[in-house]
Amino acid sequence: MHIVVCVKQVPDTRIIKVNPKTNTLDRRGIPAILNPFDSHAVEAGVRLKEKVGGTVSVLSMGPPNAVKMIRKCVEIGADEGYLISDRFFAGADTLATSYALYKAFEKMLEEKPVDIIICGKQTIDGDTGQVGPGIARRLDIPPITNVIEIKEVDEKAKKVVVKRKLEDGYEMIESSLPCLLTVEKDINPVSYSPLPNMIKAARYEPTIWKVDDLNDVDKKQLGLKGSPTIVAKMFAPPKLEGGKKIEGNAEQQSKQIVSLLLEKPELFEKKRGRA
Amino acid sequence: MENNRGVWVYMEQKEGRIVNVSLELLGAGRKLADKLNVPLSGVLLGDKVKHLCPTIFEYGADEVYVMDDPILKNYRTESFMKGVNHFAEKYHPEIFLFGATPNGKDLASAVATDLCTGLTADTTMLDVEVETRLLEASRPAFGGNIMATILCKKHRPQMATVRPKVMKALQPEMGSKGKIIEEPLDVEEENLRTKVLEIVKDTKKKLKLDEADIIVAGGKGLVDEKGFALIHELAEVLGGSVGASRDVVEAGWIGHDHQIGQTGITVTPKIYFAIGISGAVQHVVGMKNSELIIAINKDANAPIFDASTYSVVGDALEILPILIEEFKIALKQEEEEGEVKHA
Ligand SMILES: Cc1cc2nc3c(=O)[nH]c(=O)nc-3n(C[C@H](O)[C@H](O)[C@H](O)COP(=O)(O)OP(=O)(O)OC[C@H]3O[C@@H](n4cnc5c(N)ncnc54)[C@H](O)[C@@H]3O)c2cc1C
Repeated sequence: MHIVVCVKQVPDTRIIKVNPKTNTLDRRGIPAILNPFDSHAVEAGVRLKEKVGGTVSVLSMGPPNAVKMIRKCVEIGADEGYLISDRFFAGADTLATSYALYKAFEKMLEEKPVDIIICGKQTIDGDTGQVGPGIARRLDIPPITNVIEIKEVDEKAKKVVVKRKLEDGYEMIESSLPCLLTVEKDINPVSYSPLPNMIKAARYEPTIWKVDDLNDVDKKQLGLKGSPTIVAKMFAPPKLEGGKKIEGNAEQQSKQIVSLLLEKPELFEKKRGRA
Repeated sequence: MENNRGVWVYMEQKEGRIVNVSLELLGAGRKLADKLNVPLSGVLLGDKVKHLCPTIFEYGADEVYVMDDPILKNYRTESFMKGVNHFAEKYHPEIFLFGATPNGKDLASAVATDLCTGLTADTTMLDVEVETRLLEASRPAFGGNIMATILCKKHRPQMATVRPKVMKALQPEMGSKGKIIEEPLDVEEENLRTKVLEIVKDTKKKLKLDEADIIVAGGKGLVDEKGFALIHELAEVLGGSVGASRDVVEAGWIGHDHQIGQTGITVTPKIYFAIGISGAVQHVVGMKNSELIIAINKDANAPIFDASTYSVVGDALEILPILIEEFKIALKQEEEEGEVKHA
């Protein structure tokens, strides 16, 4: 079985700072990392391979230094890495990104078939979760989002059963293969990388494709040019006003809170209903 | 592009009920449609859902596009996307909004790809520039530290998913009427590649957090699990639900289901207690629209006090036991008085 996991190198937005005067991001010294959601996706691919056999490839679009991130995926257990990297791809929104990755899949499909594609739920820099479904639409395979478990894979019947998270529970979905899953972090923790993987990863060189290595690419659909959305402006989140101070010692404060809330008897309707 | 007219809202329904975020979006969509001087339309797909049309008119729509078919009983990307694409390609709206729910995001992503247009995710502010007819969709970016306004200049429709609980639904106007445009779904079951085998509801959760009237939320300021137990106790006394900051969830004091904020859930209860929570932007986005917010924090400069209605500077571990006792006494008194009245 050929499992392909789509991954992205992102700035670690968890430590990024905003300059409040200029409303610009201070990216100095911010490390580039494997998108945390994608590390769970790679691990899911590796675990699936352990169950059914086959190979795990990772595919990414990004700058040349994303090779480092692909090595990280090899540490987790990926067998092969593919990177599409070219200035034509730069500045892409989700529509242009899914187009470029779709073209990369077409190229990959010349070498060998793809049975299942796994993406992380979303990235921490874009926060959209739109690229996975976009790739699936372009390849005309079913997308299944918010997956928390891969229950069964039947290679012969070309079928998979997955558990999809909903707001108030989950659903079991059966899909034909190939299909594309976007997975939640809940699907599996990321295990420590075994030493042989680390050794392999250290020297690993992924396949790198430039735009001209791909077939029949419509360059107008790539990168900034191919992106229908633009960021028009950045601004600080609306300021909140703050409230009234409740003074006194702990006891006085507690009494004031209680009487404030009891002035709103409608709040305790349910409580009373039960009593 | 000049042919694209009208503001559309996807009406997500579940078991024959329209989900709240879709009604909220009719409220937001109404404003946009009035500014642009175009109709507001709902797009409704499902099995035996036509009876929902009056509700959609009452909440502000002028028209409803309906597809009613047994194949649409459960949400599936393939079938719903086909239906929505059919309407969009035939009647070309200029703006198309979806709730940022799991199904709404899933559907919007697929539809935007097929229509080859721009989609802004998780919007929290919407406006329209009348002259250019451009939708200004703003959303938190980079962990909520900054807001970004996204435009889609040359492609139509301009699409966005919008977070639940940030827009306001209109007061329903009983008896409102509108135009219903019903068309058949052109999909055969045997051509579909996915099947919903079963849907399982999580019954473990006692009270759904996003529907609770009272939420008592605790943060790292409660020091340890023992301190956090006071949060459970206060919630119990008030008949409320328990919320938490991410740091508390990461410390393992409570499950992720209870996390409030950007990477948790958004809530708008009548009363929200933020106890020992610093008030990071990522937490505040998830609770700032609560009706009344009481914050307890020992640091007078904690940012949570910018969001609170009432600010209590003090040690939560000292205040909470007293507060719990005071509430017990007060609520018991009320109860007894109530009983006397009824007797
Ligand atoms: C991308 C991203 C997403 C995030 N998503 C979320 C999210 O969804 N939800 C969320 O909550 N966070 C989220 N965070 C984390 C957020 O930035 C904060 O780190 C987190 O909310 C802090 O939790 P806290 O307030 O419990 O802890 P702290 O920040 O450590 O605050 C503890 C507070 O308790 C006070 N305190 C200490 N002792 C006492 C006492 N005895 N009595 C009273 N007060 C006391 C302190 O003064 C302090 O203000 C996210 C961060 C990022 C980068």
